[in-house]
Amino acid sequence: MKPASFEYHDPTTLDEALRLLAQLGDQARPLAGGQSLVPLMNFRLIRPAHLIDLNGVSELSYLKADNGALCIGATTRQRELERSAIVAQRWPLLREAAGFIGHVQIRNRGTVGGSLAHAFPSAELPVATVALDASFVLQSTSNRRAVRAEDFFLSYMTTALGPGELLTAIEVPPLPANSGCSYQEVSRRHGDFALAGAASVLALDGDGAIRHARLTLTSVTPIRSREAEEFLLGKNPSETVFRDAARRATENLEQDSDIHASAEYRREACAVLARRALMQAAQRAAEQAKGKPQ
Amino acid sequence: MSRRRIRLTINGREYAGEVEARKLLTDFLRDDLGLTGTHVGCEHGVCGACTVLLNGEPVRSCLLFAVQANGAALKTVEGLAPNATELHPLQEKFWELHGLQCGFCTPGILLTAEALLKEIPNPSELEIREWLSGNLCRCTGYQNIVAAIQAAAKRMNSGR
Amino acid sequence: MPYIGSRMKRKEDVRLLRGIGKYVGDIHRPGMAHAAILRSTHAHARIAKIDAAAALKLPGVLGVLTAADMPGVKTIPMRTGVIPGLERSQQTPLATNKVRYVGDPVAVVVAENRYIAEDALELIDVDYEALGAVTDARAAMQPGAPQLHDATPNNIAANFQVHVGDVDAAFRGCDLIVEEEFSTQRHSAVPLENRGLVAEWDEGRGLLTLWGPTKMTHTNWRILSELIGLPQSAIHFIEPEVGGGFGARGEFYPEDFLIPFAARHFRKPICWLEDRSENLKAMNQSRQQKHRVKIGVKNDGTIMAMDAEILFDMGGYTRTHGGVPAIAASAMLRGPFRVKNYRCNVFCVLTNKTPVGTYRSPGRYEANFVRERLLDMVAHRLELDPADVRRRNLIKHEEMPYDLGKHPFHYMVYDTGDLPGQFERALERFGYEELKSTCAAAKLEGRAVGVGIGCFVETSGIGPWEYARVEVDNAGQVILYSGCNSVGQGIATALSQIVADELQVPIENVRVVHGDTAKVPYGNGSNASRSTVMAGSAAVGASRKVKDKLLRLASASLEIDAADLILRDGRVVARGAPERSLGFAELARLALPGPALKAGIAPGISEEDFFATDKRPFPYGVHVASVEVDKETGKIKILDYLVTEDVGRKINPMIIEGQMAGGLAQGIGGALLEEFVYDEDGQPLSTNFMDYLLPTAMEMPRAQLISTEDFPSPHNPLGVKGAGEGGITAAGAALANAVSNALGVEVTKLPLKPDYVLQLVKQSQTGA
Repeated sequence: MKPASFEYHDPTTLDEALRLLAQLGDQARPLAGGQSLVPLMNFRLIRPAHLIDLNGVSELSYLKADNGALCIGATTRQRELERSAIVAQRWPLLREAAGFIGHVQIRNRGTVGGSLAHAFPSAELPVATVALDASFVLQSTSNRRAVRAEDFFLSYMTTALGPGELLTAIEVPPLPANSGCSYQEVSRRHGDFALAGAASVLALDGDGAIRHARLTLTSVTPIRSREAEEFLLGKNPSETVFRDAARRATENLEQDSDIHASAEYRREACAVLARRALMQAAQRAAEQAKGKPQ
Repeated sequence: MSRRRIRLTINGREYAGEVEARKLLTDFLRDDLGLTGTHVGCEHGVCGACTVLLNGEPVRSCLLFAVQANGAALKTVEGLAPNATELHPLQEKFWELHGLQCGFCTPGILLTAEALLKEIPNPSELEIREWLSGNLCRCTGYQNIVAAIQAAAKRMNSGR
Repeated sequence: MPYIGSRMKRKEDVRLLRGIGKYVGDIHRPGMAHAAILRSTHAHARIAKIDAAAALKLPGVLGVLTAADMPGVKTIPMRTGVIPGLERSQQTPLATNKVRYVGDPVAVVVAENRYIAEDALELIDVDYEALGAVTDARAAMQPGAPQLHDATPNNIAANFQVHVGDVDAAFRGCDLIVEEEFSTQRHSAVPLENRGLVAEWDEGRGLLTLWGPTKMTHTNWRILSELIGLPQSAIHFIEPEVGGGFGARGEFYPEDFLIPFAARHFRKPICWLEDRSENLKAMNQSRQQKHRVKIGVKNDGTIMAMDAEILFDMGGYTRTHGGVPAIAASAMLRGPFRVKNYRCNVFCVLTNKTPVGTYRSPGRYEANFVRERLLDMVAHRLELDPADVRRRNLIKHEEMPYDLGKHPFHYMVYDTGDLPGQFERALERFGYEELKSTCAAAKLEGRAVGVGIGCFVETSGIGPWEYARVEVDNAGQVILYSGCNSVGQGIATALSQIVADELQVPIENVRVVHGDTAKVPYGNGSNASRSTVMAGSAAVGASRKVKDKLLRLASASLEIDAADLILRDGRVVARGAPERSLGFAELARLALPGPALKAGIAPGISEEDFFATDKRPFPYGVHVASVEVDKETGKIKILDYLVTEDVGRKINPMIIEGQMAGGLAQGIGGALLEEFVYDEDGQPLSTNFMDYLLPTAMEMPRAQLISTEDFPSPHNPLGVKGAGEGGITAAGAALANAVSNALGVEVTKLPLKPDYVLQLVKQSQTGA
């Protein structure tokens, strides 16, 4: 399974990369971690005439907390996200989600931006970034714009990236105080593509009622369950409430079928995971609240 | 089609070559350099038989083009043993505890295990299995591999 | 200290650990070119035209071969499992006018390297006229279904029956009859190394060398000779390191003809390395069977009769092992149980899918699943403990040797053993009684925890004969030339242990040569867990002849009676006078032609032996599993697992446990994860490792693996029974029973995918 021929370009600056992309158009593909792209090339399912290797563009690789927000350069490795102390402390949902991505060897090369741009249906980082109200910076030679995560994923493996655009950075706002998060997934084997996945962020007010709720589920694109989120606001956490929220989130949730699971299974599993994610997020939020002096 | 000159360090030794851009790192190691210890099991990044250490981290060499390894430091299984007569503790324990049968997955697993023990010198069984989950073995059922890694960890930590 | 019975480290390991073992992909011949196979993308189609013009123009392409380049080539024959009728659906190396499965070889491209060869594949234009495809065995048998081969009406490649006792009368005398239909899914060996061959033709001397053959080296040597028209003496097979076989690697495939043919045609060494995408379409698949079974019992659980219909899904062609999975299933469906009245009607059915062959414990994995599920179903209906139903029917020690009655194609006399004793041991070690209460308590808490049993008898050590030659060379080294093969199982170490003990030499001084037809003239290969039994016994025979010769040589030289000489530490030593001794190297010198001929002794120390038998040893044992089912997601967690197996005698206990552990992993894969799925047009959907799921370290429980030496087999001098398949054979059975127990619903098919398990959970909740 050898790939078809291509011309290889290894720019060292973002400017250079964007100019190449503008010049070569849809003949070219950017190469980041390669963990999704190269298998497709080895199967000859895709055959780009040009490959623009971004691994040498060091200005795209960084992880820092600026003004309370987390700023991630697109070619930051998933493993770095997983190992980062700042992320573990302040955006634990990202670490939890990253832990579900394949295996260590994949995360050593796979990048945050690459996973988002590839937009594979059950991928973890798309779901987690939507649940965290993240936004992405898209750049071309002529433009720079920010797109909210929940507006970025349009349809099956199709994103808001326009011709000549690269996803260059991810910005994640700080979480509300006393919040808890949870990422839940079910797959055939450890590390496999998820059959269903759910990310939840909950924050409680002084009386223990929910004052901030996010629930995002896997589907063809990550689906933000707005109806469930609205339902949850003001309620006190309980199994019944979360079961109800999960039902609302998945009643009309469309899924695909494949040899691993039917659409119906995926939908039902999403409901189960939604409930479990909400329960765990609520528990963690309560623990956060307890740990703080009143 | 573009050809590139590349230079890289493998097991502490400098290598150079000229490759077509599409040549996979696995094929460069095996065919151009004769380092056939790195094996090819799937060419789509699942089985782990092609695992090498790139700047110390285990990666799938079937998902890298040789041109991407220009300037990098690699370790392959040929560089694991300290010399031609001694074995690395991992190799000793795999041998002692029957951690291999056909041997095809073994180089990839040894390197993953070496990286694991560098990062987590005293891993739990769950941690070992999690790290190993990216390396398929069809012969052993993993039981003896886990035991061998645990034994090697013990030996390496005791400083002997 | 004897080597036999010791957990000694394997001789194979150091080179494998260092990464310097040479597998076929590591072999480079000067001027080597590379082949790629063009495979059909249709499941069933006529080939109207093949146009390779564009491919031939590509720089670096040496040529393209099609069936037109090999007119008159015969079909690949069967070497075993010959059921009358199967010969009508065999395969030519390249498809001639029709393709019958996606992956069917249509052409061979040879180029400077594999990259260019794959580029060339894309430039070959094949005009296919699609024919309807049939993928379900029952549908394939119906009138009007697409016909794969003109000579096999209704796609029934073969049909045979087994009938023991009087089934109809026995059913009339039963208290309860349970009928069910079961199915096991297509899955197979999927070794980590793909197939490969390197062929080199020395035109000057008319000699063909082939690296890569394994498993059935000598059989395939003969088959190639017949197909390619070269005498065996002009063909040399060499076995490299092999990355696992499990039954599927080493049979004679189309490529085993095509690559040597290409080497002769192009007059260049040719390397062919299969890639994974091909492997998942082109290497023998297995395990897909449908069983309709009826069992009749008394109220106390005694089995009176079994009646079964088996549909064996063969894929598009009959391969080298004919109908073995069907034969084995029909033979071993009764397992370790007393079933005096048994009838089985077996259909070998052709479908437009990858052809089928044997995979570790062929036919038995399937049959054990069916029978063990049936026994549990009987237990549930009679409200008996499933363990008690088994106790009532297990063949007792006093009944051994136990003749199961005539089978047209399978040896059916269990040699020896205490099946009930092994059963009790397994349940006791697992804590079965206590576990039953734990499961009941868990159920009250709403958790689905269950325990399941799978009993088995395995067949092993098949004959009819095996070859060994033991030599002592000038340095006093002992070399065993064996007709078996290594697929990674450690046979060289086990055989070294046997020879070292027979000749009382340090094991470092023993070397085993196998798989090389220039050095080993005869062999029956390594399959069906036969190597330790057959190759080991032949090695014993040859070693004993060498011992005789050594004693005679020493006797003549030392002038001491041979009866007063013994072997010790690599020397022949006078009893009671250890200073009078001769080393093996010295004895080898005495056996050189000069001195030997003068002394009137046959020169050299080289003795051959054939071990022949028409009987088989039957290892036996039990799998026990406990599981917890997540009732909301259908995911199964294996809490605990135990396998016991009596293997007669253990040459190397560590190797045996390794076989059990590896087999169990494959058995779990088959029960929960692995499946070759096809759509209704015969397009394979499991063509990569994200779709065909092999168990990883995270899916495997820590299992208790207990091998015992209670009943050495009387059929060979070592007393061994083959231990290669006990670990896999009842895993589907035990896990299916455990899940059924956990949910209170009857599992009737494998695999236990989350989808299916969730359906079962719903069934259990509605009480359906």
